[in-house]
Amino acid sequence: MLRRTLMATAAATAMLGGMAVADGHEPVKVGFVYVGPIGDGGWTYEHHQGLLAVEEEFGDAVETVFVESVPEGPDAERVMTQMALEGADLIFTTSFGYMDPTINVAAQFPDVRFEHATGYKTADNVSNYSARFYEGRAVQGHIAGQITETNTIGYIASFPIPEVIRGINAAYLHAKEVNPDIEFKIIWAYTWFDPAKEAEAAATLIDQGADVILQHTDSTAPQAAAAAANEGGANIYTFGQASDMIEFAPLPRVSSIIDNWAPYYIERTQAVIDGTWETSSRWDGMDTGMVEIGEITDAVPADVKASAEAMIAAITAGEYHPFTGPINKQDGSVWLAEGEVAADFGDDGIAGMNFYVEGLTAEVPQ
Amino acid sequence: MDLSSIDPILLLASLMVAATPIVLAAIGELVVERAGVLNLGVEGMMIVGSVLGFVAAIETGSPWTGFFVAAFGGAALAAVFGFLTQFLLSNQVATGLALTLFGLGLAALLGQGYLGVKAPAFPDWHIPLLGDIPVIGPIVFQHDPIVYLGLAVVAGVWWFLTKTRAGLILRAVGENHEAAHALGYPVRRVRMLAIMFGGACAGLGGAYLSLVRVPTYAEGLTAGAGWIALAIVVFASWKPGRLLLGAYLFGGVTVLQLNLQAAGVAIPVEYLSMSPYIATIIVLVIMSTGGAPGSLGKTFHASR
Repeated sequence: MLRRTLMATAAATAMLGGMAVADGHEPVKVGFVYVGPIGDGGWTYEHHQGLLAVEEEFGDAVETVFVESVPEGPDAERVMTQMALEGADLIFTTSFGYMDPTINVAAQFPDVRFEHATGYKTADNVSNYSARFYEGRAVQGHIAGQITETNTIGYIASFPIPEVIRGINAAYLHAKEVNPDIEFKIIWAYTWFDPAKEAEAAATLIDQGADVILQHTDSTAPQAAAAAANEGGANIYTFGQASDMIEFAPLPRVSSIIDNWAPYYIERTQAVIDGTWETSSRWDGMDTGMVEIGEITDAVPADVKASAEAMIAAITAGEYHPFTGPINKQDGSVWLAEGEVAADFGDDGIAGMNFYVEGLTAEVPQ
Repeated sequence: MDLSSIDPILLLASLMVAATPIVLAAIGELVVERAGVLNLGVEGMMIVGSVLGFVAAIETGSPWTGFFVAAFGGAALAAVFGFLTQFLLSNQVATGLALTLFGLGLAALLGQGYLGVKAPAFPDWHIPLLGDIPVIGPIVFQHDPIVYLGLAVVAGVWWFLTKTRAGLILRAVGENHEAAHALGYPVRRVRMLAIMFGGACAGLGGAYLSLVRVPTYAEGLTAGAGWIALAIVVFASWKPGRLLLGAYLFGGVTVLQLNLQAAGVAIPVEYLSMSPYIATIIVLVIMSTGGAPGSLGKTFHASR
C-alpha cells in the first residue's frame, strides 16, 4: 500500500513566491485520487498526464496534490476526506470503485467539488465523466478480427462492470463482422493493476491459442509477456490500453486506445477558478479527442489499416455508432433492431450494459 | 466450456514458472525464521530486488548481471534490517514492516525512467536428452535456469539444515538463543548471515518477476508475493520439502484459475483464489503451536 502525496519543493517555493507578491488570490487546489501508481504506463499514467497539463496551463494559479495506489473501498473515503480537509477545491476520483466513497465524502463537504470518472452517480457537488472507450474497442476488434491467424482473441478483463462489458461487446461485434469464425477467450483478473497476474493471464491465453491479446487492465505487463512470447517464435499482437504503450511497437503492440483527459481537467479547473462549475455528466469519445487511437503500425496489412482508419473517421464524424443494430443479446433476444442505434441511458442503454451480445460463449460473472 | 483447450503439459510447466518467485522468497525466509528471526520485510526486499535486477539487466544487457545485482541488493537491504534488529535490538515485527514500506518507496524511486521497458530476453534452457522426454520433458526440463536455481536452493537448504553441523548450529540459535549463546555460538553472526541469505533469495525472487515472469518493471510489481511467501513458510511448518509443495500448490491454483476462465468454465474464481490461504489457515490450526522455532521473533542480548 504505497501512499505518497506530492508536495514538491517547487510547489512550496511557488506558494511562497505567490505570498510575496500578495495578489490576494489563493491558488485553487486540485486533488487527484489514483487507483494505481502513476508509473503504471496505462490508466493512471494518463490521468497523471492530465494533472501535469493542469499545472502547465495554470502555473501558480493552481496547486495540485495526488495520492496513488488507493484501494477502492473505505480507504478511498479516508484519502478523499483528508484531501478535502487539506483544502482541496476540486477533487478528481479516477476509478469506478470510488463512486460511492466520492458520493459519501461529497455529502460532508458541500463546498468542495468532486469529479468521478467512469461512474453514473451525481450530486450537487459531484459530476461524473468518462470516455467512450468502446469506440476504440470497435476499431481494435476490426483490426484484431483480420490479423488473427488462429481466429482466437484473448481478452484480459478487469471487473465485470458496464464499462468493461461494453468494451468486450464492441470488440467482439466488430471482430465478428470481419471474421465470422472468431472466438473470444476472456479472463477476469479482478484487479485493475497487478502486473504479475496480468502477464500470467496473457501467457495463459497465448497457451490456449490466442494470437491477439486485448487488455482492460492498467499495466504494460501483457505487452511484455506477448513480446517475450514473440521472442520465443510466436506471433502475438496486442493493443495498448489507456495509454499509447508505444514502447512495444511495432510488435506486439499494433495500435492503442489513448485516454486524453487533459482538456477536460483543464476545462473543469477553469470552471472552478471562474466560479462557473456546475454538476454535469460528460461522456466524450473520439469526436472531442478524449478517446484517441494510437498509431497503427506497419505490422498491420495496409488494407486493414486503411479500413480501420475509415472507421475511425466515421466514428469521429458521428456517422457511425459502434452499437448499431441488428444486434441480439447473448440469449438470442433482440437488443437493437435493424438500423437502430443504442441509447446511452435507459433500461437497455449502454451506460448500464450488463449482458454479452449474441455469439460470445462465456457468461458474465455475477 | 471447452476443457480440451487446456493443455495439461503447458499448465504444469507454467505452474513451475508461476511458483518460482515464491519458492525463492520463501526458502530464504525459511532459513531466517529457522535462525529465530521474523523478517516481515520480504515484500520490500523482493520489490527492491525486482527493480535493481531490472535496471542492472537493462543497463548491461545481461539478465545474469541483473540477478546478481538483485541478490546483492536484497542482501544489503536485509543487512539494514539485521543491523537494526540484532545490534540496535529494535522490534522485529515493526522493523520488518518498515522495511517493506521503505522497499516499496525505494523501488518506486529507482524505477523512474525504467517504466514500460521490456527486459532483455532470457531464453529457456532446453536440456539435451532430458528435455526431449515426452510429457515430462516440456514440464520439467525446458525452463529458464532460475527455475532450476530455485529448486537447487531448496535442496541445498534442506541438506544444510538437516545434514551439516552449521545447519545444526543455525537451528540451535533459532530454537533457544540463550542456550546457543551459553554453548559459545555466535548468535548475532549466525543470524546476520541468515538474514542476508534471506534477503538475497527475496531479491532473486523479485528479479525473477521483473526479468522473466512479467517481464517488465512496473510499480507495485510484486503485488503481495512477499506476503504469500511468508504464509507459505508457516504452511510448510518450516520444512523445505513442504515449502516446495506449498509454493506449487499456490502457483498451481493461480495458473489453474486463469486457465479455467479462458476455457470458459463458470466456476467462481474467488473460491480458487481463496484456497491456498484457507489451506494455510487449516494447516495452522492442525499444527497448533508446534513447529515454530522456539526463539522466533524474540530479541537477543548476550547480557540477559
